[in-house]
Amino acid sequence: MQKIRNYLFLLIFFVSACAQAQIRVEVIDGGATKNPPPLSASDYPCNYAAGGGIKQYQVAILPFRDETGVKQPVSPVITADLLRSGLFKMVEVAGAKPQHEPEQIDYASWRGRGADAVVIGSVAAMPDGRFEVRFRLMDAAQQTQLAGLSYAASATQLRLTAHKIADAIYERLAGEPGAFATRIAYVVRRPGKRFELQVADADGFGPQTILASNEPIISPKWSPDGSRLAYVSFEQKKPVVYVQSIATGARTAVANFFGSNSAPAWSPDGRRLAVVLSRDGGSQMNLINADGSGQPVRLAASASIDTEPNFSPDGSTIMFTSDRGGTPQIYRIPVNGGTVQRVTFEGQYNISARHSPDGKSFTYIHRCGGRFSVAVQDMSSRQLQVLTEGALDQSPVFSPNGRMILYASEIGGRGILAAVSSDGRVKQRFTESSGDIREPAWGPIVNK
Amino acid sequence: MPRILTGFFVALFAVMMAACSSTPTKEQEGAPVVDGVQRPVPKPTEKPVQVVETPVKTAVIEKPTQLTGPAALKDPNNILSKRIIYFDYDSNLVKEEYRPLVAAHAKYMSGDPKAKMIIQGNTDERGGREYNLALGQRRADAVKQMMSVLGAEGGRVETVSFGMEKPRVEGRTEEAFAQNRRAEIVYQTD
Repeated sequence: MQKIRNYLFLLIFFVSACAQAQIRVEVIDGGATKNPPPLSASDYPCNYAAGGGIKQYQVAILPFRDETGVKQPVSPVITADLLRSGLFKMVEVAGAKPQHEPEQIDYASWRGRGADAVVIGSVAAMPDGRFEVRFRLMDAAQQTQLAGLSYAASATQLRLTAHKIADAIYERLAGEPGAFATRIAYVVRRPGKRFELQVADADGFGPQTILASNEPIISPKWSPDGSRLAYVSFEQKKPVVYVQSIATGARTAVANFFGSNSAPAWSPDGRRLAVVLSRDGGSQMNLINADGSGQPVRLAASASIDTEPNFSPDGSTIMFTSDRGGTPQIYRIPVNGGTVQRVTFEGQYNISARHSPDGKSFTYIHRCGGRFSVAVQDMSSRQLQVLTEGALDQSPVFSPNGRMILYASEIGGRGILAAVSSDGRVKQRFTESSGDIREPAWGPIVNK
Repeated sequence: MPRILTGFFVALFAVMMAACSSTPTKEQEGAPVVDGVQRPVPKPTEKPVQVVETPVKTAVIEKPTQLTGPAALKDPNNILSKRIIYFDYDSNLVKEEYRPLVAAHAKYMSGDPKAKMIIQGNTDERGGREYNLALGQRRADAVKQMMSVLGAEGGRVETVSFGMEKPRVEGRTEEAFAQNRRAEIVYQTD
């Protein structure tokens, strides 16, 4: 298990092509950034996002006191998190004299280097063997404290603590919750057709295989509390929906009916799943209990394909993919039944819709220019923006704060994960050294 | 050799052209001769050709012994060993050429009340995973539908889909796509 920890690493490779404020997030791998050719003839023009400048915060993050002696230094993790968001620029701190308390801060110097804010902190051993980690976020101009917290953490929790500090800094400066202290799940296909469902930190660190199979695994979905994953496994030579506890590994086949069982989606209360079953003929949406008890309740009845259900954050509505109009498009239906409304109208192929956390927009796969691209659409204005230019981008999902959209893409025929900010300005890339990586899911913000 | 062949074909072509121009069609008979060249009528052959009836016997290819029961399913000489139905792009229509295959499996199913079959639908890799799963399901269902019409009992035929997850051929060529758009018939005893 330890060995695979090193397999996954995060590459930040591309930063918004903005005219006036060119930002440069750390480029670790500059190669292979060319867009792959389209998969099919151009059938519909792409309405690409406009791009443009980003307001960036310039922050000086100083080394924390006594952090070099512990298992995981804290300040480098905070720095990497903030850089990855694309909203922060780091002020060089090498060579500065140690500054751990507010009165030690050389504000004039930091202001001179363009810093808007300064982060200081310390790591101190506690009598019970844990560490007390403190940080302060100081306004460089006002010389006032913007945020400051203290955490008690074991050695193995130092990394998580750093992510939590990054979240606190992000929230105070960007005005929205951070999503650094979260986890993602995805599927790796290794050579020899071995499939692994993995869970890792949002920065790709510490991947753990929670299920390995010689048959495909698709559609992992986090429960709203982050304790379980629902997914589709083909281990029984057919698609069956399982729910697995992250902590214990215990798993239950919650939808294993005659025919195919797929496309699980959690209700916001975590008690039910919408799934797609073929037992009644065709592919139709049903509601089941998340523990697999009871009988499925049909959600809508159609002669068409109805699949990929996704609950609205308030739990009142389900968006789904249907070809009832002749081409696959996104529709929505009240959870308790009622009138079906079509919500996508541009193009011939719109699938895989997921609500944003605030429910005001949704992301989906939109085929345009012969490519399957990630798009985002405003729920009320219906304004559509295409965010990516892959050949076959798949399975987009919002980060729990709504800032980023994580999706499956490919480079040189290899499956990778990529992320794009919901305004299209920041792009990140996750690759896996020995396999195809696909089917991402982003877990919730927990223990806030 | 090629030169000789070429010469032969040139000659043959010339002869054919000559034959064309000299063979009068119904319409040409009695039509004025435009080129003003008189052509001789071919002489009747001196002797009528003797028509001899030659007895004809059709050769019979010896059939290997046909296996019956479950063994027939894997007998390469039996149509029941054929298990794959290919589909056109974006189509779940079972093409006419697969009717004998489907009919043979339907007959087998109705002849063996204990037999259980799974039809696995598949798509090529263009498009979304879950949507392709639904499209593959539709292909499997289409095969089952034909099988039911031909007498197979529906309760013993399960249709499932692998979507784009289990390609027969990897790669992004039209050939690979065509090989992957398919439904496969699997018996529980397989």
